[in-house]
Amino acid sequence: MAQIFPEWTNKIPSYALLAIILIIATMTGFFWYYGSPKYTDVGYRPIQPVPYSHKLHAGDLGIDCRYCHISVEVSPVANVPPTQICMNCHKIILPQSEKLLPVRESWATGLPMKWVRVHNLPDYVYFDHSMHLYAGVGCASCHGNVAEMEVVMQVEPLSMSWCLKCHRNPDQYLRPANQVTNMKWVPSPDQMEFANRVRAEKGINPPVDCSGCHR
Amino acid sequence: MRSESGTYNQIGLHSQETPLITGNQTFASVTDAISEIIERKTPRLWYLAIAFSSSLMIMFFVLIGYLIWEGIGIWGINVPVGWGWAIVNFVFWVGIGHAGTLISAILFLLRQRWRTSINRFAEAMTLFAVICAMIFPAIHVGRIWVAYWMFPLPNQMDMWPNFRSPLIWDVFAVSTYFTVSLLFWYVGLIPDLATLRDRAKSRLRKILLGIFSLGWRGGNRQWKHYELAYLLLAGLSTPLVLSVHSVVSTDFATSVLPGWHTTIFPPYFVAGAIFSGFAMVMTLSIIARKVFKLEDFITIGHFEKMSKIMLLTGMMVGYAYSIEFFMAWYSGNDYEAFAFLNRAFGPYAWAYWIMITCNVVVPQVFWFRKLRTSIPVLFVSSILINVGMWFERFVIVVSSLSRDFLPSSWGYYTPTIYDVGIFVGSFGLFLTLFLLFVRFLPIIAVSEIKGVLPQADPHYGKEH
Repeated sequence: MAQIFPEWTNKIPSYALLAIILIIATMTGFFWYYGSPKYTDVGYRPIQPVPYSHKLHAGDLGIDCRYCHISVEVSPVANVPPTQICMNCHKIILPQSEKLLPVRESWATGLPMKWVRVHNLPDYVYFDHSMHLYAGVGCASCHGNVAEMEVVMQVEPLSMSWCLKCHRNPDQYLRPANQVTNMKWVPSPDQMEFANRVRAEKGINPPVDCSGCHR
Repeated sequence: MRSESGTYNQIGLHSQETPLITGNQTFASVTDAISEIIERKTPRLWYLAIAFSSSLMIMFFVLIGYLIWEGIGIWGINVPVGWGWAIVNFVFWVGIGHAGTLISAILFLLRQRWRTSINRFAEAMTLFAVICAMIFPAIHVGRIWVAYWMFPLPNQMDMWPNFRSPLIWDVFAVSTYFTVSLLFWYVGLIPDLATLRDRAKSRLRKILLGIFSLGWRGGNRQWKHYELAYLLLAGLSTPLVLSVHSVVSTDFATSVLPGWHTTIFPPYFVAGAIFSGFAMVMTLSIIARKVFKLEDFITIGHFEKMSKIMLLTGMMVGYAYSIEFFMAWYSGNDYEAFAFLNRAFGPYAWAYWIMITCNVVVPQVFWFRKLRTSIPVLFVSSILINVGMWFERFVIVVSSLSRDFLPSSWGYYTPTIYDVGIFVGSFGLFLTLFLLFVRFLPIIAVSEIKGVLPQADPHYGKEH
């Protein structure tokens, strides 16, 4: 009986096996890297309506975070400041600036500024700023060193595993209450001791069950 | 020779038994008879049948598309009955899938040589039934685009399936079962595919069959490896026959709900699965035997043996029904007692008594040789048994859920047109796959049949 396949086809199964292994490895690697929020979300830096510089205000001028984000210690939401807060200073400082024109327009018309939100959690996540500040988690732990940023950008993945990393083991992220807005805080050598004490005092026990965040 | 062919049975103790294969077959006539079925011109009846079944299949997929678009609210499920027909159908189809491995693995290890006539399409039926089964839990999750959460894949949420939940065991059990059954079926097909390849006339057929027969030449060394591989696969799949439906039953048994929370569930489910699986094999083989004129290969003797297994497993199922009542009384637990009284005399009593009639009363006909050798009786009773087994799952799922602990939450479950359509449509998928199988693959294991012919006996033709 005549051969159906030429001789070289004998190699096909080995090559096919190799190809399958390579394809699976590439696919896994591709999604592992490009599918991760570390790739998709970190580095998000939208253009804002006014070139507001956190580096100038919070860094060089040293304005406390809470001067503008007033509700952060008392409310789940750290508010984006209303135009009125900008105008507290800018009525006097640079009142004629070109760049500040949209702010003055908003001030005159009463229509809010359209700031673009950078750190945006999904709606099914319940996140409470006040609770985290009470526990002593610093602004910089999640938002990075904002005082160094000309334009604010997302530096952490804000993924569920990233949240859980701290919820499961928060000790090294807890600060004394007066250090939460410090952008350059580093844990002291007795951090673990401090964390144990403050956790006992304040009853800090971060939830890791579903309904802790998905209420 | 023919009158004495029984003497050449492997063990030699069944000399009075009828031969497994009738019609004085030779090796060549077996090959011809079975290969001819798929080599001849496609019969018009086949086109009609597949037109019908694939229309149902298209309806199935369209309805599933609508379900995904609109959400599972189009089904009749609601509080308190959150598991409706979809789960009933899942258990029903998985159960049917059990006969395939039982026949191919356990009967193989037990040297039940009559299995050779029915194992090929019982295994095919298993695969197709498991495909139908796997669709139901997948679409029941509602948000099907996150169905991959059922698998333990590393992800940015650090989220894993709950390994303490039987639902994840289910994913593993059913997917393992499907994979092993597919391998088993395919390995069994290789020598037959090679036979077909060697008979093939057209170039395309030669190439396709050549690829799938993996270079089989039928040499002695190949047979030696092949038989070892087959034996190992049989060994691997034997525990699966018991494990898959046991795991399915723990979906119910581990939840604290009267009517579900019983330790009898795993063996009871496995017996029921084999019961329904054999009934489906019987229904299909009666049709295939008639249509393809396979009376010599699937004899009345085969049907008799299958009906004895159905009689046994049917009585095991009946025993489980009665033990459930006994336990409900013996436990002294009011809720348990209520759940079972409610089953038999409550709003779902109609379903319960259909189940009892079909699963306990109907198989009793198999006690009588006259009835179990009558094809019409076997055909009707095998269909009734599958109706009964569907109702068994319906009774378990729905009657237990509809009576919540809080009487204010009690409800009555009614399926919608979409429940019915998707269930009927799943038969379309099953039948379409089966019709493709009977058209393109040998429906009886040619090489294995040859092994049970009298000529295969080393002492054939010698006087003792």
